[in-house]
Amino acid sequence: MSVATDTRPLAAEDAGQRTKRRLGRTLIYAALIFWAFVSLFPIYWTLSTSFKVARDVMQGHLLPWIDFPPNWLGWRSLGLSPDTISNTSTVRDEFLSRFTNSVIASFGAAGLAVLLGSLAAYGLSRFQYKFLWMKNKDISFFFLSQLILPPVVLALPFLVLYKELALLDTRIGLILLYTLTVLPIVIWVMRDQFDTIPIELDEAALVDGLSVWGVFLRIVLPIALPGMVAAFILSLILCWNEYFFAALLTSTNAKTLPVMVASQTGSQGISWWAMAALSASAIIPLVVIGVLLERYIIKGLTAGAGK
Amino acid sequence: MVTASPAIDPAAPVAADGVAPGRKRLGKALIAAATVGMLLVILIQALDAAGAVAIGFDSWRPSLYAYLIWSVVLGAGQVMIRGEAGQRALFLLPAALFTVAVVIFPTFFGLYIAFTDWNLSSSEGRHFNGVQNLIALFNDQYYWNALLNMVFYVAMVLVEYAIAFGLALLLNAEIRARKFFRVAFLTPFMLSPVAVSWMVGKSLMEYRYGPAATLARHLGWDSPAFFTSPWIARFSIEAMDAWVWIPFIMILLLAGLQALPKEVVEAARVDGATPWQSFWKITFPLMLPVSATAVVLRIIFKLKLADIIINVTSGGPGGATDSVSSFIYREYRDRSDVGYGTMLAMFYLVLIIIFVTLLLKFVSSRMQKMT
Repeated sequence: MSVATDTRPLAAEDAGQRTKRRLGRTLIYAALIFWAFVSLFPIYWTLSTSFKVARDVMQGHLLPWIDFPPNWLGWRSLGLSPDTISNTSTVRDEFLSRFTNSVIASFGAAGLAVLLGSLAAYGLSRFQYKFLWMKNKDISFFFLSQLILPPVVLALPFLVLYKELALLDTRIGLILLYTLTVLPIVIWVMRDQFDTIPIELDEAALVDGLSVWGVFLRIVLPIALPGMVAAFILSLILCWNEYFFAALLTSTNAKTLPVMVASQTGSQGISWWAMAALSASAIIPLVVIGVLLERYIIKGLTAGAGK
Repeated sequence: MVTASPAIDPAAPVAADGVAPGRKRLGKALIAAATVGMLLVILIQALDAAGAVAIGFDSWRPSLYAYLIWSVVLGAGQVMIRGEAGQRALFLLPAALFTVAVVIFPTFFGLYIAFTDWNLSSSEGRHFNGVQNLIALFNDQYYWNALLNMVFYVAMVLVEYAIAFGLALLLNAEIRARKFFRVAFLTPFMLSPVAVSWMVGKSLMEYRYGPAATLARHLGWDSPAFFTSPWIARFSIEAMDAWVWIPFIMILLLAGLQALPKEVVEAARVDGATPWQSFWKITFPLMLPVSATAVVLRIIFKLKLADIIINVTSGGPGGATDSVSSFIYREYRDRSDVGYGTMLAMFYLVLIIIFVTLLLKFVSSRMQKMT
C-alpha cells in the first residue's frame, strides 16, 4: 500500500481515483435518496391526500400550499378536524372505539407474550429440561415451530372454540390469539438476549443466597430489559397490524382498526380524502413509535441473526 | 451446576431435593385434587351439552376457569414436590401450558372439521363425510392455481433478498445521515398491510388519478392498469408485499454486515481486489449464514400472505393473484363452506411443514459443507 509500484505519474492516478470515488459517492447517495423516496412517498401521499378536496385529487396535485390549499375535508369526515372536534360525531366515536380496541388488543398481547416468553426463554437458556422424550432443543423447536402455523389453519377452529367459550368478539379473545402468534418471536428474541448474559452472574448471585427466581428478577431481568423492550415493540407492530383473525373473529364490540380501514376500502362510494385520513390515523401511531424506538426494533429483529 | 435437573417429568427421581416428605405429599394431593376437579367440571359440562343433565351452562367458560386453576395448582405443586427443580420448571410451565391449550385443541378440532361437510349457511349442521373434501380439493382448479401463485410469491423472495442486500450494503457504506436513511428504509415495515392496500394499491396505483399511474403514462405506458392483466396484477401485489417486508430482510443483513470481521475485507482491498471481487469472494460467502436465516424467516412470513390480496384484488383477475390464505378466506367468508375450507387449510399446513422442513434441512446441510 505504501509503495507505489505503478509507473503512471502519481498525480494523474490521484485525480483518476478521486473522480472515480466522487462518482461512486454520488451513485451511493442517489440510490439512498431514491429508496428513501420509495419508502416515504406513499406515507407522504396519504398524509397530503387527507388534506385535499376532489379537484386536487383529480388533478394530481402533490404539494400543499403550492399546488393546492390544504383543506380539513378528510379529517372533518372522521370528526377529527379542528372545527368538528368539539361536536359529537358518530364516525369519530366508532373510530375511537376501534382505536381503543386496537390499543388494548395489541398492548395486551405484546405484554402477555413478553411475560410468558421471557420466562420460558430464561428457563430454556439456563436450565436443562426433560419432558417425556423432549429435551431443551425439542422444547425450543416446539415453541418456534408455532411460527409457521398460517392464520388460516387456526382461524376456523378458533371461531368455533371462541363461540363455545363466549370469547367471540371480545378483546380478551383477540389478546389470547395474538399472544399465541407472537410468542415464538418473543422466545426467539429473548433466548438470544439471555444467552448473551454470562451465566457466571447467575452463579455468583446463587452463591450469595438468592433463590432461582430471585436471581432472575433482581439480577438478570434488569440487564435484559432492552431486549424485552425490543421484543415488546416487535410484537406490538405485528399485533397492531393484524387483520386476518380480527376480520374473522370480531364483529361489533372488539373490531380493530385494520378491520375498520378494510371495511371502508371495500365500499366504492368512499371518498379519497376520508380514506386517506383514516389510513393516516391508523398508521401514524406506529410510525411515531417506530421512529422514536427504531433502535429497539433493530435490536429485536437482529436477535439471533448472527448465528 | 444446574445441568441435568429433570423438570416437569413427574416420574423422575426427586429424593435429593431436600423437600420434606409431608410437603411432597401435600403437593401431590393438591395436584390430584385439582386434576379431579377439572375433569369433573369438564365432565359435567359435557353431560350438560349432551343433554344428560339440565344445568344449562351459557358457555364452556367454567371449563376454561377449571383449566386455569389446574394450571396454577400444577405450578404450585411442582414447587412443593420438587423444591428448586420445581421452581425452575415454573419458568417454562406458563408458556407451555398456554401454547398447549391454544394450539392442541384447535389443531385436533380443525382436523375433525376438515372431514365434515359443515356449511354455516346450511341449516343441517355438520356430518362426517370422509375423504370427500380431499377429493374435491384435488379437483379444485382454483386451489391449485393459488398454490402455484404461492410458488411465484415465494420465488420472488430471492428478488426481495437481492434488493435488501443492496440496501444493506448502501447503509453499511460510509455515509452521512445514516440514521435518517435507516429509519426511512425501515418505515414501511411499521405499516399495516391493510393500510398499505389502500395507500398504495387503491390510491397510488389507481388507474385514473394515482401518481403511479400518472408516472407510468409519462413513461409511455398508455393504459397503466395495475390489476387487470394477470401477470401485471401478480407483480403489483408482489411489489406491495415486498415494499412492506424488504426492510425486515435488510435489517437482518445489515446486522450481519456490521458483524463481519473488518480485517478480512480490509486485507482484500490491500491485496488489490476490486469492490466487485471482494464482494463476491469475501462478503457474500461470509454473509451466507445470515442470508439463510433472513430468507427462511421471510419465506415463513410470505407463506402467510393474505391481507393485501384480500383488500386490493380479492384474488382477481380470475384468481391470478390469489394466495392460498386469501382463497380460503373467501371460502369462509363468502361461501361459509367451513368443512371444505378447513380441509384446504390443513392440506396447506401439511405442504408447508414438508416444505419448510426440507428447506431447513437443505440450508443446514449446505452450511455444514461450507464450514
